Amino acid sequence: MIRLEELTKVFETPSGPVVAADKVSMEVPTGEICVLLGPSGCGKTTVLKMVNRLVSPTSGKIFIDGKDTSTLNDVELRRSIGYVIQQIGLFPNMTIEENICVVPRLLGWEKAKARARAAELLDLVGLDAKLYLNRYPKELSGGQQQRVGVIRALAADPPVMLMDEPFGAIDPINREVIQDEFLKMQSEIKKTIMFVSHDIDEAVKMGDKVAIFRAGKIEQYDSPDKVLAHPANAFIADFVGADRTLKRLRLVTVEAVSDPAWPAVSRHASIRDALMAMRERKADVAIMLDADQRPTGYLSEEMAEGASGVARDVARPLPATVPARADLRAVVSEMFAHDVMWLTCVDDNGRFAGVVTQAVVTAVLGETYRRQGMAAQ
Amino acid sequence: MSMSAGTATPVGAPRRGWVLPVAMLALGLLIGLSGIVGQIALYWDDIVYLSQEHVVLVASSGGAAILVGVPVGILLSRPSMQRVAETVMQIFNIGTTIPTLAVLALSMTLLGIGFAPAFFGLFVASLLPIVRNTYAGLLAVPGHYKEAAHGMGMTPVQILTRVELPNALYVIFSGIRTALAINVGTTPLAFLIGGGGLGALIFTGIDLMDTGMLLAGAIPTAALAVLVDFLMGQAQLRLIPRGVNPLR
Repeated sequence: MIRLEELTKVFETPSGPVVAADKVSMEVPTGEICVLLGPSGCGKTTVLKMVNRLVSPTSGKIFIDGKDTSTLNDVELRRSIGYVIQQIGLFPNMTIEENICVVPRLLGWEKAKARARAAELLDLVGLDAKLYLNRYPKELSGGQQQRVGVIRALAADPPVMLMDEPFGAIDPINREVIQDEFLKMQSEIKKTIMFVSHDIDEAVKMGDKVAIFRAGKIEQYDSPDKVLAHPANAFIADFVGADRTLKRLRLVTVEAVSDPAWPAVSRHASIRDALMAMRERKADVAIMLDADQRPTGYLSEEMAEGASGVARDVARPLPATVPARADLRAVVSEMFAHDVMWLTCVDDNGRFAGVVTQAVVTAVLGETYRRQGMAAQ
Repeated sequence: MSMSAGTATPVGAPRRGWVLPVAMLALGLLIGLSGIVGQIALYWDDIVYLSQEHVVLVASSGGAAILVGVPVGILLSRPSMQRVAETVMQIFNIGTTIPTLAVLALSMTLLGIGFAPAFFGLFVASLLPIVRNTYAGLLAVPGHYKEAAHGMGMTPVQILTRVELPNALYVIFSGIRTALAINVGTTPLAFLIGGGGLGALIFTGIDLMDTGMLLAGAIPTAALAVLVDFLMGQAQLRLIPRGVNPLR
């Protein structure tokens, strides 16, 4: 856990003092990612750098796991905190192994142990240790370098990590991939992370919590959904963008809203049975599944009405399916692309996992406002 | 002779493979036939003795310049020296414009004649490129390497030795290489202020219009310059880590 108490930084400049951080108090719970977000010059990086004392606070205190960090010496403190910067900062004179082993070696690990750790970490990000340990940074692509930059910060297994726009210099396609990889890694390693970003989309995606800064002050510190659905003031509403509700779509997975009990029938089921299943659930379509439970088509009430025989005879092919792990933004996009009001979703093996409808999506987005409305009454 | 051998090459044929050996052979034949080898050989004992003096001058003044120049460059590059550093470098830059012969002459006015003023003059002449390149090389190390090193918990000394120096090494080596080239090239002038070395044969040869004597001084001097540059090139190639070595 990282706790900041009234943290303040005043820079003395020739044109007078500049307050970069103004009594910032916040808490990052153990195992969570907190994104510090804001326009440039808002003090978010200053706050981050005060945690590992690259910038020394003017006043205020920082506690890591309950311990006041001002009691530790600078060098020991920094060795116990993982640090990733935007420019990656891999040392070009060192091999990948030497780069990853910097902190372990500073901490006095044996060479063999450090090497084994480096190999283990490379495997974690899908880089072949045999191939990469002895390479130099310039022999790696930008994306690979950034992965190494992240695992280098993890080398000595620090409980806390500071990341200063770590994915800012990567092209958008690779950035998505590395963000996803990192989130997957984080779900296993559960580090306590402070993460600086100026990109609202990244913040919403990466953060368990988002702290929005302006002029050295925290304007709002909340979950991404809260920030998007209930911006605390006009500045935040403006900063997160007019399309903030659409951004919330990314926060919900298909799994969470799809209806797995939606009527589904086998290809050989009679049309009458399909119709009954639909009426029972008050649904206007039924999904047709093959022997492996994979959705292959659908029947609507109109198609079934008055027809006889089995489902296969009248069913139409499905317009599209979405993976259960996709977010709602992908669902809405598919719905618009195919001009439909519902989509079938499938699990990792392609088996039927439910149906998601536009009504459900709307209801999910609106729920938070209705709750607030009820609370207001 | 070498030119005619060169121009006779058919266009498009690989030239470099054989032109040089043939040219050397032609030159060797010419020298051999003109009897100059015999004349040079007359000075063999002088060549050996003076070469030793010459090498001692180069090695001592060059070595001292490295031992002083690199630490001074490092010192000037430290953030605490930021204000002084630019002024000092300006003075050094002005110093570089003074011809080396003038440096030797000034050195003689201070220290008289003999080894000491020659050593000092050569030392000063080689010092400047080393200090300048060490300083510039260290300042050119991108800030984010230092920031990363700092943030990972390296001490200032560790940042210097593990990150800054290795990354500036190529530039520092280039400075040393330039310094030694200047040094080797200037050392024959040391004779003029009583410093000894192969300059003795060259200048006496000029004065006496004795081509044999002149070449007995000039050829070893040239060979030494080529050798020193070759050794520095090899050192630059082999001692600098692969990740920051443009030659590898």
